Order: sequence, then C-alpha cells, then structure tokens
Amino acid sequence: MSTAPTAPPVPVAPGTRPAPGDVPGLDPAWSRVVTARDAEGREREWHVLDNGVEPRDGTLLCLHGNPTWSYLWRGLLADAPVGWRVVAPDHLGMGFSERPDAPRTLAQRVADLGGLTDALHVTGPVVTVGHDWGGILSLGWALAHRDQLHGVVLGNTAVAQPPGDLGPPLIRLARLPGVRTVGCVTTPAFVRATSALSRPPLPREVRDALALPYATAPRRRAVGDFVADIPFSAGHPSYDAVAELAEGVRSLDVPALLFWGPRDPVFGERYLTDLRDRLPHAQVHRFEGASHLVTEDAPEYAGLVAAWVTDLAAPAPPAGAHAGDPEAEELELPFEPPLEPFEPLWSALDRRALDPGPVMSVRGATVSWAAMSRRVTELAAGLAAGGVRPGDRVALLVEPSADLTAVVYAVWRAGAVVVVTDKGLGLAGMRRALRGAAVDHVVAGTAGLAAARAMGLPGSRIAVHPVPAAARRLLGVDHDLDELARRGAGAPPPAPPGPDADCAVVFTSGATGPAKGVAYRHRQVRAQVDLVRATYALGPDDTFVAAFAPFSILGPALGLGSSVPDIDVTAPDTLTAALLADAAAAVDARVVFASPAALRRVVATSGDLRPSQRDALLRVRLLMSAGAPVPARLLAAVGEVLPRASLHTPYGMTEVLPVTDVSYEEVREAGAGEGVCVGRPLPGVEVALEPLAGPGSEEGGGRRSLVDRPGVTGEICVRAAHVKDRYDALEATERSSSRHPGWHATGDVGHLDDAGRLWVEGRTVHVISGAEALVTPVAIEQRVESVVGVRAAAVVGVGPPGAQVVVVVVVADDAPGPGRRGRGGAMRLRVAEHDLAEHVRRTAGTAVAAVLRADRLPLDIRHASKVDRVEVARQAARALAGHGG
Amino acid sequence: MRVLVTGASGLLGRTTAGLLLRRGDDVTVLQRRGAGLSCAEVLGSVTDEDAVARAVRGQDAVLHLAAKVDVVGRPEEYEHTNVRGTATLVSAARDAGVSRFVQVSSPSVAHAGRPLCGAGAEPADPGRARGHYARTKAAAELIALGADSPGFPVLAVRPHLVWGPGDTQLVARLVARARAGRLPVLGSGAALIDTTYVDDAAAALVAAVDACGPSAHGEPLVVSGGDPRPVAEVFNRLCRAARVPPPRRHVPVPLALAAGSAVDLLWAASRRTGTPPITRFLAEQLTTAHWFDQRRTRSVLRWSPAVGLEDGFERLAAWYAAGCPPR
Repeated sequence: MSTAPTAPPVPVAPGTRPAPGDVPGLDPAWSRVVTARDAEGREREWHVLDNGVEPRDGTLLCLHGNPTWSYLWRGLLADAPVGWRVVAPDHLGMGFSERPDAPRTLAQRVADLGGLTDALHVTGPVVTVGHDWGGILSLGWALAHRDQLHGVVLGNTAVAQPPGDLGPPLIRLARLPGVRTVGCVTTPAFVRATSALSRPPLPREVRDALALPYATAPRRRAVGDFVADIPFSAGHPSYDAVAELAEGVRSLDVPALLFWGPRDPVFGERYLTDLRDRLPHAQVHRFEGASHLVTEDAPEYAGLVAAWVTDLAAPAPPAGAHAGDPEAEELELPFEPPLEPFEPLWSALDRRALDPGPVMSVRGATVSWAAMSRRVTELAAGLAAGGVRPGDRVALLVEPSADLTAVVYAVWRAGAVVVVTDKGLGLAGMRRALRGAAVDHVVAGTAGLAAARAMGLPGSRIAVHPVPAAARRLLGVDHDLDELARRGAGAPPPAPPGPDADCAVVFTSGATGPAKGVAYRHRQVRAQVDLVRATYALGPDDTFVAAFAPFSILGPALGLGSSVPDIDVTAPDTLTAALLADAAAAVDARVVFASPAALRRVVATSGDLRPSQRDALLRVRLLMSAGAPVPARLLAAVGEVLPRASLHTPYGMTEVLPVTDVSYEEVREAGAGEGVCVGRPLPGVEVALEPLAGPGSEEGGGRRSLVDRPGVTGEICVRAAHVKDRYDALEATERSSSRHPGWHATGDVGHLDDAGRLWVEGRTVHVISGAEALVTPVAIEQRVESVVGVRAAAVVGVGPPGAQVVVVVVVADDAPGPGRRGRGGAMRLRVAEHDLAEHVRRTAGTAVAAVLRADRLPLDIRHASKVDRVEVARQAARALAGHGG
Repeated sequence: MRVLVTGASGLLGRTTAGLLLRRGDDVTVLQRRGAGLSCAEVLGSVTDEDAVARAVRGQDAVLHLAAKVDVVGRPEEYEHTNVRGTATLVSAARDAGVSRFVQVSSPSVAHAGRPLCGAGAEPADPGRARGHYARTKAAAELIALGADSPGFPVLAVRPHLVWGPGDTQLVARLVARARAGRLPVLGSGAALIDTTYVDDAAAALVAAVDACGPSAHGEPLVVSGGDPRPVAEVFNRLCRAARVPPPRRHVPVPLALAAGSAVDLLWAASRRTGTPPITRFLAEQLTTAHWFDQRRTRSVLRWSPAVGLEDGFERLAAWYAAGCPPR
C-alpha cells in the first residue's frame, strides 16, 4: 500500500487530547491528527480517519452528522473501493477534533472543510459522502469544489424542510433552549438517544464507541451548538446559507446515490422525497427496516457505495462485452429490439370504441368495450386536468373491477405510472411499500381512502365513487372519478407516453422479506402482453375468466373480454367450481387464468356443479395456472373439471412473467426429476444459469459466468424484452439482480435438461450448504411427498453455511385440517416417530439429519401455495437446538 | 512407529491400541489395571512419575486417553488424574524426546451449556466448562497444547459421545435404564446430537497420531460422526439394537434440570459414590444440541468415519443378539 501524498500524521501526544482507543471495527492506523486553517485562517487540529491509499481513481470525503463522529464510516474505510482514498474527518468541536471557543455556523464549517481538504492534499476527483448534518456540509463542500466533484452520496439527511414542514419533531424538541442545553450538553441524553434509535439495537461496544468522544459536558458543547445552528425559520444566521445551498443542489449534475433507513424518526421518508426531487437522476436504495444510523443498521451500505463509485471511475462495459470469457460471450449478445411499430397498451380500446360487446363482467355487471373506451378517454383527460402529470405515481387501492381497469388504462393514457400492491401484505406492509414508492396520488374506495390516511400516504386523493362532503373533508378527497370524467369529457386528450415511459411499479408478494417494488416501462409491459398472447395463441374469441383476479387488468391490452368471479381477491382459495362456472358463463369464456390455491378448492367442490354450469366449463379450451408450480396430482384432478381444456402452467415471477410454459402432457412426459419441470423457455426468452458456488463454501463469492449446458445447477437468469426495467429505490438489489448485464438473476435455482427443459429446484436462499454437497429442496420434497401418509413436506438446512445438515419437515395426512391462512403461527414441530422417519430417510435420496412432524407449513400470502422455507428453517433450527436454543 | 497409549483399559483406548497393533505399530500401554492386550504394558497411574518415565522411554508418539471420566465424585480426584496426570505425562514425554503427542480431550471442555449447532472447536475454557470432568479436562488440554513446540508437536482431539459394542458408559447405562422402564425422553427429544461410533473414533485417533507434526499441531479438533440426529431418535435406535423397549415417557426440560440440580446437591451432601439417575450436567447434555462442523477435522486428519450411524446400529444389534461377547 502506498501512502497518500500528504504530510506525515501528527501523533497524538498522550494526555493532550483523548484519542480513539481500541474500539470495535476501527483500525488505529487510520487515525491521524491534521492541522489545517479554518474559515478565519486560524490553525485548527482535526482528527481524521484516512485509509492512506494512493487515490488512483479518487477520494471519498465522508462527513458524519450530529452527534456522531468519523467512527460512523469505519465500514467504508474497511471495504474501501480499490483505487480510492477514504477520508473521514471529525468536525471541529466534534469527535476527537479541536474544540473551538465559539459555535461555528454552516458557512464557516463549509469553509473549514475546504481548508482541511487542502491540508490533506485532496486533489483530483472527489465523491462526497454525508450523513445527517454531514449531508448538508458535504453538499456545501461539493458546491464549492465543482471542478473536483465526481459524485455525491447521501444517507438520511436533509437540505431543506419539505413545504409545510416545521422540521423533524425530535430535532425541534432538542432545539428548545432548555432542552438543548440539558439534553445535548449537560447530559449525554442526545448522544445516547441517537444510537438507541437503531433496530435491532446496536451492540453495547458500538454504542459506547459512538459516545466515546462525548464523555463530558465540555466535550459535548458542539453537539448542542450544531443543533442550535439548524435554521428552522428566516432570520436565523444560517437560514440564507441553507436556503442557497438547498437550491444549489438542484444544479448538481454529477451522479448521485441516496441510501436511506426509512424507519428514521428524524429524517423520515418525506426528506428522501425532497432530495429525490432536487436530484431526480439520483439512484436510491432504501434499506428496509433500517433507522437513522443507517450505516450501523445496514452495514451493507458500504458495499453498495464501493460498487457505485467503482462504476463511476470505470463506466460499465456494454452488455455482451465479457472479457476473457468465451462461453459467456456467446450467451451475452445484446438483445435485438423488435422492429414493428409500437402498439400502446390501450390501442384495442381505441379500435373498439364503438363495440357494444363485453370487455368485462364483474359480479354479474357487464361493461362494454365502447363504455370502457369512453370512460378511459374521459378519465385520462380528467386526470391530466386534475393534476396528474406524466411520470406521476398513482397508487391504486381498488379491488379488481371495471373501475380499476378504467383507472389503470386512464393513468397509462395520461402518461402516469400505476403503483400496485397486494392487500395480502397487510396494512404495515402496504404502508412500507407505498411510502417507499413515493406516490403522488392515491385512487381508492372509501375503505382504501381511510387506509391511505391511516398509512399516512403522501399525495392527492381520488375517490372511486362520489363521497359525501363530510367524508370528503375527513378523508382529504380532492377528486372523484365521475367528476374527473366530466372534466375530461370533450377536453383534448393528454399527450400519450412513449414506449420508454415508466408504466407500472408492481410490488412482490413479500414471501421472502419486505415486498420489493418492480418498475416497468411501457415497452416491457407491451412485450409481456404480446408474449402471453403468442404463447397461448389467444385469438379474438378467447374471452377469459380471471380467477387470479389481477389478470383481469390485462384484458383490454390483450384485446379480450374477461370475467372476474365473485370472490374475495385476497382469498383465492374461496373460489368454488360453481363460482368459476358462473364467471365463465358471463362472458362465454374459452380460457381460465387461475392460481394453484384457487384450483384446489375448485376440484374439491366440483361435485356441486349444476348441468348448465358443467356446460359452461366444457367450453373452456385452455386453463393457465400461474403463481406457483401446480402439482401433477392437482392438474390431473383439474382435468376432470375442465375436460376439454389443455392445462398449462407458466413459470415466472413479478420481475419477468412468463419465462417458460409447460402443459400437463409435457409434465407427464418429463416424469420425475431433480425439481419441478417448468418447460422450455418461450420464444424470445433466453434462460441461462449461474452455477452455484462449490459445496462447503461459506458464501456465494462474486459473479460466475453464465452457462446454458444441461445438468448444471445454478441461479436461473433470464433475458427477454419483458423483463422488469429495475427495482424501485433498491439500488443494491438492482445491482445484484442485474449483475450480468442484460440479464435478470431470478433468485430461483434450477437446471436445464438434455431436452432443453428447465427444472426449478428452489430459491437460492433455500439451497442447503452442507459440508460435502449443495442440496436443493424441491426434488427431495417431491420424493418425500410420495410417501404414503405424507400430505406435504419442506426440506431445509440448519446450522452454519458450509456445514449445514438436511432437515425434512412433514405434514402427515392425519394432521389437523388447514386452519386460517396466514404467515407465522406455530407449526408445532416434534420428532417424527420411528417408522415415518425411516420411510422418509429411505425416499429422500440424501442424508437427512432429522425428520420432524408439523401440523402445518407456513405459506406465502399472495398464492397461499409457496412454502416459506426460510420460516420453516428458522423454526426447525430452534426446535433442533433443544433447551436454550 | 513406537506408540504409547495411556488408558487402554477403556473401550476407546483398547480399540485404538488394537488398531495400532493390527497395522504393525510397536505399542506400549499404560494404565492401572491390565488391558488384556498382547503388547508391552506398564501398570500404573499417569500421576506416578516413575511409571510414566518408564512408559515414555524410547517412544515416538504418545496417545493420552487416561482420565477420570464420571459425573460424580470429589473434585480433587479429577484434578489429580486429569490435570496432574497430563502435566506429568507431557513433561516426561518431552524430556524423553517423544516426537508427537496426541491429547484425547472432550468437546465438553469448551461447552458452557448453550446449544452447539455445527460448531467448530472453540478453545478450552476451564472457567466455564460444566462439571469436574469437563473443567479438569479443559485444564489438561490447555497444559498439553501449551507444550506444543517445533520439536514437540501436540494435537488435541475431542471425540464426541463415543459408543458401540462393549461401551459401559453411554450404551450400557441407557439400555439398563430402558430395560427397567426408567428411561424418559428429556424435553421434546429434538435436540440434535452428534455421536461417534467407537471404531470411527479409534481410527480418528490413529489418524491424529499419524498427522501430528509440523502441519498439524497446537490446535484442538472435535471428532464426530458428522451425522447428527435428534436425541430421541438416537435413544430409540440404541434401544432397538439392544432389543429393549424405547422410551415413551417425556419429562419436561425444567423438571429434568431441577431434578439434576437437586441430585447434584444430594450426592454432594451425602458423599454418595454410586451413579446417580441424573445430574444437571447430564440433563443439559441430553437436552441441548451438540453437533459439529467436521470440515477442519477431516482435512487436518485426512480421516472420515468408515462405519457411521447406520452400520454402527447394526453392529450393536448383532453384538446384543450374540449375547454381548467381550470385545
């Protein structure tokens, strides 16, 4: 390691000033004292952490906030990107830097920092990194050093109070004169409270380290001064400086990265929204669950920042350029966009503007193409007139219905973006999702509007139906759909969005961790619709039943009429055979789109069908069941309810659907194998695998080349025109999922067989990392489920990665019947009796440490059919740890 | 190779000495009672300096198994045999120019009562180990590893729950209690425990003698079958092999722990010397997970178990079926 071209570090004379001693995560070699001239030209002694690396690519200037110190950045120093010097000073009066006699203003502090970077010989490219009040200081430095500035990184900070906001409540409290002195200076309350915000709580040693420089009241004085220098109103000495800076930020055109802990009670979500408004090109990652000290709660921020600045220095090669990897090169040819003229999603509505035939039937009420077309046109113009601008995000808290379909197409037609979540996420999950998506408008029924209020969602409110004046005020309703349609009638239509405009943000089901927002552009949704149409040879007569209700949205885009059965959307397993038949009869359906959970009950209730209902189901030529793999046994039973239908299951996920498709006949032809056979990739869809890291390894280790050889098990990666555009406000997740340029890494594990069929073996997080082999769960589960007396099985690993052992959890046929759905809850795990355990071991085909019985397996919310193996593993590990586990 | 095996009258010591003899090593055994092996034998305690000096003379390697293994008794007895015995042996071996020393230890030396799931070999900790045996074995391991030096490589091997035909500790006691209908399952019986079939453990010790040297020394290695099972299943399989009824009765963990603590006090107060039905240590051992990451062990020793659980249960069943012939 060569050292930076700076003056030699001044050793801290013992006794003259406290210095960071042995604190966790801090390399004492980073710590140095530097003398620099302050704003007034006076020499000051600064304590600086400096990794001392030759800044080949640049310098990261990291500024902490109040009341922390440079210790906050130890993770970034430890994981510094190659070729980058990392410099993290303690502000004057803070940390282990000199305590000036008088408080310093924002302007002085910005100038002080300039003096320090001169003294540190920080020349060449700089990326500033700031947290809390270090954010505004870093931007101050940035605006004063634009020649050097190559990027800005900000975490949980603010440059301005959002309009109508009086400032963070906790800071306002801390700022009241009496409270400030007592809370910030006389007692260490503020210093301690800051590190207490973290969830989960920080280790005691880290909390002590954060408070280390603020042990006595004199050493805390600047903590209070900093709080006093926050200008909440005009007339404050720093008010103008802050206002100028906040506007100056808008002129920054360098790359920007915002990383955020959304649980911050100080700088809440609205401060992130304000920053995104000022830096619209910024990339964003919200570390779900992290609080104010985001660097502590989400230490993986360091990896994100390092990867991000590395890309700044070396622009990403174009997709396909994979040096020294001939095999990968072959697979990574750039994708050729289709040449046909772009067909907007609403084109069928325009074409059939006079068609009296049904476009939708919901709960017996039918809407014609003509009516829908008119409604969409009027609403689009009305939305534009009502303040919905192109690119605005519109949350839709509306059940599948003709209203929902009309709003979706109107929003699209107006150039805005629909934001879709699943009610199954629960209020807390939806709140996280919709606040994270920074929605501009909310369209909802009365219940949804009340929920939006309870969730504290931002944005204007549009009621689905007219609301009485009192409720209107209470719910903050700005418009209702009828009123907007009236305003839009006869008004000129808004300019239509182009193929590259954002179209939708769809949230994942959150089966594994918090729901993720997935952003699509119009051309990607168009490609999806075209692929679905081609895959299932959907012609103009193929009206369909959306037993999986969200599919009803696609009806107009597919140019097909559709029908939604009369069930609660959040409970797909309440669909009966009779309700399905009624829905089919309503539009004379030829096609049924369903989910496995729905099918189970349809099969169970098929005995109740009346002859006329059987006739309606006889006319169905195609059943497509999406959402989760459908067991062959179930498909066979479905075949008896829909005797003339060919049974198809697509494979895909929120990020790309469909990837493959398989028919019942193909499933039978493929037979048993290592996993679930999901068929061959569809035309225009490429599938490749990133091989798993070898057995006994403790982590995945970086990126490995993609292969499409048969028999190689790995993470399934997909390239196609309808793959998601990006994850929304999840920059780190996005980088990981698109680490192979042009490809989406799905998180599923599987392999291709000699016939080109894809087999899914589980999720990457479900791979069991044993000492001798990596084991995937699905094939074992299938074999165990063939044991007589076993209703369902889940295969998980327990123990540390690289030394995990296999555990099989079975639900026996004699277990209590399925109770209320939902996640969590006791599985009631216990050791399986001898005979059952022996049977399972003999069939499993791999070494099994324990066979446990359970009353139930935890399932995901959306489809109620995917087993939450992470939860199974958690509970199994606890049971198998025994007492004290 | 000339190898001294101490404590060859126990199941593991006798099996290991036999294995060394069969492959042609020149074996001497040291213990208080005759081991019944056809090899050179020194009778005496490992704390007897004269006997020890005689036994180590001219040896290439020492494999030290001799120890006081029990759950009751006075602490001084453990201290004497396990700590002083090891110190005596280590120093005599070094003085005699022995070129490798394998200390047979126990995973309990690093176990403070928490579940161990895929654990590595943590350093021995006499301050936290539970019970006289574990505490003194921890001190002994530290003494042995502390003597590790370039001319005197020391390796510590910790076999975990050794069992097999002829085992008077684990198997015989379990089976006797089960036969009397007094073997309960403590708690849920789900705690995963790893065990080591006696022939596999013996092979691991021989492998340790071979491996001990410049590239394998100064560290502890846990040896186990690497095939953990719920404790109830292990009990069940052992009982089936011995053709006694498997346990059915479950005793809640807090009750077992309380009973164990009470027995500890009673036995201490009454200075009883018989084997108690349960001790706190035993109750903890049988209700918390104990299984280990065997990667390091297997790569250092270049050993892996040849018999394992399933074959082991079969061999045990055959041995019981044959009327428990002497091994």
